[in-house]
Amino acid sequence: MNSVRRVGLMLAAPALAVVFSLAVTSAVLLATGTPPLSTFQQMIQYAQEPRTLALIVNSATTYYFAALAVAIGFRMNLFNIGVDGQYRLAALITGAVGGAIALPAPLHVTVEIVTAVLVGGMWAGIAGALKVYRGVSEVISTIMLNFIATGVIAYLLTPARLAVQTQGSNNIGTKPIPPSGQVPGIDLIPGSPLQVYGLVVLAIAAGIGFWFLVNRTRFGYDLRATGMSEAAAVASGVNVKKMVLSTMLISGGLAGLVGMPQLLGSSYTYSLDFPAGLGFTGIAIALLGRNNPVGIAIGALLWGFLDNSSQILDLVGVPKEIVLITQGVIVLSVVVAYELVRRYRVVAQQRDVGRELAEAEPPPPAGGGPGGAVPEGVSR
Amino acid sequence: MASTPAPAAVELRGITKRFPGVVANRDIDISVARGTVHAIVGENGAGKSTLMKTLYGMHRPDEGTITIDGEPVVMHSPSDAIARGIGMVHQHFMLADNFTVMENVVLGAEPRKGLRLDAAAARAKILEIGESYGLQVDPDALVEDLGVGDRQRVEIIKVLYRGARTLILDEPTAVLVPQEVDELFDALRELKAEGMSIIFISHKLDEVLSVADEITVIRRGSTVATVKPDQVTARKLAELMVGSELPSPETSGSTVTEVPMLAVQGLSLQTASGRVVLDDVSFTIHRGEVLGIAGVEGNGQAELVETIMGMRIPGGGSVVLDGQDISGWGTRHRREAGIGFIPEDRGRHGLLLEASLWENRMLGHQTEAPNARGALIDRAGARADTRRIVEEYDVRTPSIDVLASALSGGNQQKLIVGREMSGDPKVLIAAHPTRGVDVGAQAAIWDLLRAARAGGLAVLLISADLDELIGLSDTLMVILRGRLVAEVDPATVTPEQLGSAMTGAGEQQGGAA
Repeated sequence: MNSVRRVGLMLAAPALAVVFSLAVTSAVLLATGTPPLSTFQQMIQYAQEPRTLALIVNSATTYYFAALAVAIGFRMNLFNIGVDGQYRLAALITGAVGGAIALPAPLHVTVEIVTAVLVGGMWAGIAGALKVYRGVSEVISTIMLNFIATGVIAYLLTPARLAVQTQGSNNIGTKPIPPSGQVPGIDLIPGSPLQVYGLVVLAIAAGIGFWFLVNRTRFGYDLRATGMSEAAAVASGVNVKKMVLSTMLISGGLAGLVGMPQLLGSSYTYSLDFPAGLGFTGIAIALLGRNNPVGIAIGALLWGFLDNSSQILDLVGVPKEIVLITQGVIVLSVVVAYELVRRYRVVAQQRDVGRELAEAEPPPPAGGGPGGAVPEGVSR
Repeated sequence: MASTPAPAAVELRGITKRFPGVVANRDIDISVARGTVHAIVGENGAGKSTLMKTLYGMHRPDEGTITIDGEPVVMHSPSDAIARGIGMVHQHFMLADNFTVMENVVLGAEPRKGLRLDAAAARAKILEIGESYGLQVDPDALVEDLGVGDRQRVEIIKVLYRGARTLILDEPTAVLVPQEVDELFDALRELKAEGMSIIFISHKLDEVLSVADEITVIRRGSTVATVKPDQVTARKLAELMVGSELPSPETSGSTVTEVPMLAVQGLSLQTASGRVVLDDVSFTIHRGEVLGIAGVEGNGQAELVETIMGMRIPGGGSVVLDGQDISGWGTRHRREAGIGFIPEDRGRHGLLLEASLWENRMLGHQTEAPNARGALIDRAGARADTRRIVEEYDVRTPSIDVLASALSGGNQQKLIVGREMSGDPKVLIAAHPTRGVDVGAQAAIWDLLRAARAGGLAVLLISADLDELIGLSDTLMVILRGRLVAEVDPATVTPEQLGSAMTGAGEQQGGAA
């Protein structure tokens, strides 16, 4: 119908949520005796520096994979809370494999990416299989698998197994990946001493692939139908068990990529201080971006901005943890705002349709039973 | 309208309730005298439940007034209704199985001694209620150990415990066996004698005639008549409910052929708990034949449909479509092979309410042309074909991009019918195809089914609308507790006879063939 209004409504919810959370953050800042306006100015100024911009894009790249992994499940009401364990395990194994083999550059990186996707998919597939064959809620099993992944990683990441001592520190990690297995950075931000992860290209490709899969393929249709109404999907012939398993595998495969920009683009080893918790950030961003690849990209950049620009706050005497409040309020309020907008849309459209039809024609005539409308000349 | 001595226990005047795209109640007038049983009858979808929800404060009417004991009231929630002495006994019991009768009754309205539950006082009050109204039940029994009749008694006690003077009973006999129905009716007479008013919702006409003091008939959202039981017959009531002279025995010419299209043989199904829901069901539908299945709801119709569609795995038996055994096939395979499906609950099984019309055009046919090309969906094809359906089947919508939830029930149903008729199905499973749709759409859907039958379609028609079954079917079978118990001739059977065959009470007068 009215596409301007539709787009407006689509943007209204996240915009409202961000404004609301800024208001809450301002209130907290005021309460602690800090002027909010100058604080925000500091953050925005700092974010405009080329180096910070590069950091924002790099964080966003990582977040983007995590949010896509969560979002594909959300599209069919499947809650993969285990992205965290999936990507950490995938990064560890990929680090070990990448460090152990020697291949020409493109092949080496391909092997690494495939390994990451397979390990992530396999770990998520356990939860998928448990749900399909044993009826275990994927929420519970993926959370539990996070803990198990932590344990497995602790077991494997020891000098006796996959780890080596990092030179000049107490840290241990997988054997460093040789240059042939590294993904070179890109000079995307002019004037920045820091390069942007080369895998940002893969992130963009994954976003496009996500959109195509969900919106243009039969698989995507079945996925969305299952998400909107499982009962209707079953009646339409969708094999929900198969969908659960395949979606879990895709979600886990995407999750496997979460650690790759960092592993192949800067650290080249999976060590004890490899970033953790990105899976949960992914959940927040998927919610904010409404499980839509463009929305998620914006959400990931916003998160990257908040995380990196907040580094300046400590220098001006404001605890940088304040952005955690902003992020938390955004997530809570965006969920509420989306639901309000959704209800408004449904009611508004029903009203519009009712009005347009009322103008178009008179109400249908009354009367007549099923026996009364028999075509003439067919009595026996 | 019968006049009643004022003040009435409950008086509804001009109640109108609209939902988007549909008026559920229009100008309802009902007056319930103190100390009487007032029955409200109507077909499924006539607006009985909407009306009762209004009276119980679950939503507010758009127009009209509610007067209780002569005092106009506005109710915002069920607790307002309870405070006004109105209690509701739901069709589906709302009891905690792992609590005792006493705990269930007092739940939410506990008598307290200090901070503790005053169990003695609660028990005494429950026994007193049981004594005065003939509703005997052990207050310390666990609800999970009770039978259906006892559970219903607990529900009634629960309502009385909260001081109800007017009881709404929503289809209370649907789950009871005949002796339990008699006990319930005895209790209702006792309650009536104590000055309670009872609003009794049902579509079982013989029961209504035996227990009610007054009967109000609702049709398509409006009150059409209020009558005394001694002034009407069940047939007259049925006519009031349907709204026209019942169809004459003369039906349309037969298009039935000798070619079997769908043959079901010995189909049986059990629930996980071992209850038998389908028991050795066998029938054959031929090209150009409509096979109607009549039955009180919950006797296995829904399970039969879902088993034929491959949504449930039967315990035994076979399904043969056009000479091919499809017993082991999945739902998608069956649909692709040419079974069209109009589900009973279109909002749940037939549509994606929050998707556009053209996406709903694909539902159930997402692997077939014009909706798909290989593994990709064909947006242009699906959209063009949706426009064709909207045009041919008179789906009233401003565009094919609106959400399915924006359409009225009748237009949603026409879209489903159009979709399922596309691609030349061999067999159509139509479950309650005109439930909850307006009169115009109903006539249109009937015409479509007739035309498709003339074109050689085999139709399995499940309906609660006896008139529809008699009017459309070539063969009519009765299902009772999962068994096909009788076959009647739709040309000679009356709704009354069919009704008694459905309850298993009177096969001998059901014109059994």
